[in-house]
Amino acid sequence: MSGVVRAEVSRRALARARRRVAWGDALGRLRRDRLALAGLAVLVLVALMALFAPWLVDDAGLDAVDSLDNPTWARPGGDFLLGTDHLGRSVAAQFVYGARVSLFVGLAATVLTVAIGTIVGIFAGFSGRWVDATLMRLTDWFLVIPFLPLAIVLASVLGRGIWNIVFVISVTSWPATARLVRAQVLTVKERLYVDRARALGASRAHVVRRHVLPNVTPLILASATLAVPISILTETTLAFLGLGDPTQPSWGKTLEEAFQAGAIGRNAWWYYLPAGLGIVTVVLAFTVFGRALEEILDPRLRER
Amino acid sequence: MSEHDAPIVSLRDVHVRFGRGASVRAVDGVDLEVRRGEVLALVGESGCGKTTLIRSIIGLEPVASGSIEVDGHAVTRDARSLRRLRRRVQMIFQDPTGALDPRHTIHEAVAEGLRIHRVPGDEAALVADALARAGLRPPERYVRRFPHELSGGQRQRVLIAAAMALDPAVLLADEPVASLDASIRGEVLALMRSFVDDHGVSIVAVTHDLGLAWNIADRVAVMYLGRIVEVGPTEEVLAAPQHPYTRALLSVVPETRRLEQQILHGETPDPSRIPAGCRFHPRCPVVASGEAARLGIEARCRGEDPTLTERAPGHTAACHL
Repeated sequence: MSGVVRAEVSRRALARARRRVAWGDALGRLRRDRLALAGLAVLVLVALMALFAPWLVDDAGLDAVDSLDNPTWARPGGDFLLGTDHLGRSVAAQFVYGARVSLFVGLAATVLTVAIGTIVGIFAGFSGRWVDATLMRLTDWFLVIPFLPLAIVLASVLGRGIWNIVFVISVTSWPATARLVRAQVLTVKERLYVDRARALGASRAHVVRRHVLPNVTPLILASATLAVPISILTETTLAFLGLGDPTQPSWGKTLEEAFQAGAIGRNAWWYYLPAGLGIVTVVLAFTVFGRALEEILDPRLRER
Repeated sequence: MSEHDAPIVSLRDVHVRFGRGASVRAVDGVDLEVRRGEVLALVGESGCGKTTLIRSIIGLEPVASGSIEVDGHAVTRDARSLRRLRRRVQMIFQDPTGALDPRHTIHEAVAEGLRIHRVPGDEAALVADALARAGLRPPERYVRRFPHELSGGQRQRVLIAAAMALDPAVLLADEPVASLDASIRGEVLALMRSFVDDHGVSIVAVTHDLGLAWNIADRVAVMYLGRIVEVGPTEEVLAAPQHPYTRALLSVVPETRRLEQQILHGETPDPSRIPAGCRFHPRCPVVASGEAARLGIEARCRGEDPTLTERAPGHTAACHL
């Protein structure tokens, strides 16, 4: 009896040891990829900035009432690192707090999008027949609904809260992931190694867990790294159209307010540039890092 | 017939159909027995249904009618009995590269079956032992590698190790050496033969290469358009082929120059339109040369489906000749 127990323990220990080696391997590869490291560094910086926003800037700078005594349209430098807007609010405070909302919405919407898309895609691809047909018609239905009208309707029906924006983005963008995952599942399902697993006696659950999921993961990750910037941009769009959460400063909302206040005509670049550059930088960083991640997770891409 | 002599695999009138309305008769009435501890070579040209046939033995293709028994247990669609079956029967594939998940290490590939069937014991030791038995020595050198870091021959050895780790009674081999270099083929075949001689496993090897059959098989079964047309001991079938199709196959093997080469003409066989009468008659050199007419059997060739009849002890052929 004790022999069995010991074998069990040593097997688990071995699995742990192998996993440790694999992780060390992945980290080593990441360390050699400078572009990915730069992307990761940017993301970590922005994330830290968003996390420690209250310690970095004074949130009184966000409130128009608290900013009544401040100069309006102040250029950068002096009391205000990035100047002030048309209401005298600190642009720096809006930028730092805006990163919070933009990142949160981007990540949360992506997690939800990818989760829905992956579940639907795997079910459709692996079950086949009427399950596939039903799910794909549903997907098509969501795919052909024009995005902006649906988003506007949903946002006005649900109210303008941050979770509602997350919901609106996910509900409108999961079909792309679902189609992608389904296509990949269909090809993986026909691979010889799935036949071999079945010949070894594997159940469907085993095949999905050990072969299908690991082989669609890079695709899911790639799709997620694309979905994060798209979600951030969608949030920007909705905020720019005035459908964002009115109580929370986001980069999109900053752009909208700068536009409405005529910052472009006044040449008040300090008002809109930080938010715009923030969006571009974060989107780029996600893309670069996501590609490197994909390469690490797919052994066949390593030789390139 | 004593218990020990009972065939390990027996197929009775097995049909496998594909396509809309099951119009493609990939396997069309096969009776075959595999004995314990023998290597049976299943020979035939591409598309004759030999791969489909062995896939149906392990339950990867559903059987339309007929029955398959492995070690006395019928092969069914029931998940639990399939799982049990798939421990007694294992399969290796023509393309070892495609049959290995590129994301799994060699250890994981070999351990997969052990985990599925919850084989007791130390997994690492079992995997190492299986790799060593398959000629991958020392096993420590391979366990952490990925399939793309191995050669084709080594990958096929990994598949053999994974299959044999479960200690099956029957090993199905689908063109086991077709994708390998000629220099490695012999080694892999010798390895398979050693499992038969040392562990008493039975092997069904699908091949289009009669040379391979000559090398390792105890018996040969020749398949044409979904049907077995000739079965017998290897030496007999290769030395005294009874079916014109077997003769034609043999005549193009370089090692058998003694037969006059016969290139088969006529339409390529199409399993969705199997000819009436003898399924081989549109391409049969005996019919084409007029010999069948001279012997007065041509009408039967065109109108009557021949069954396997015994030509010599243990040697049967399905031909009116």
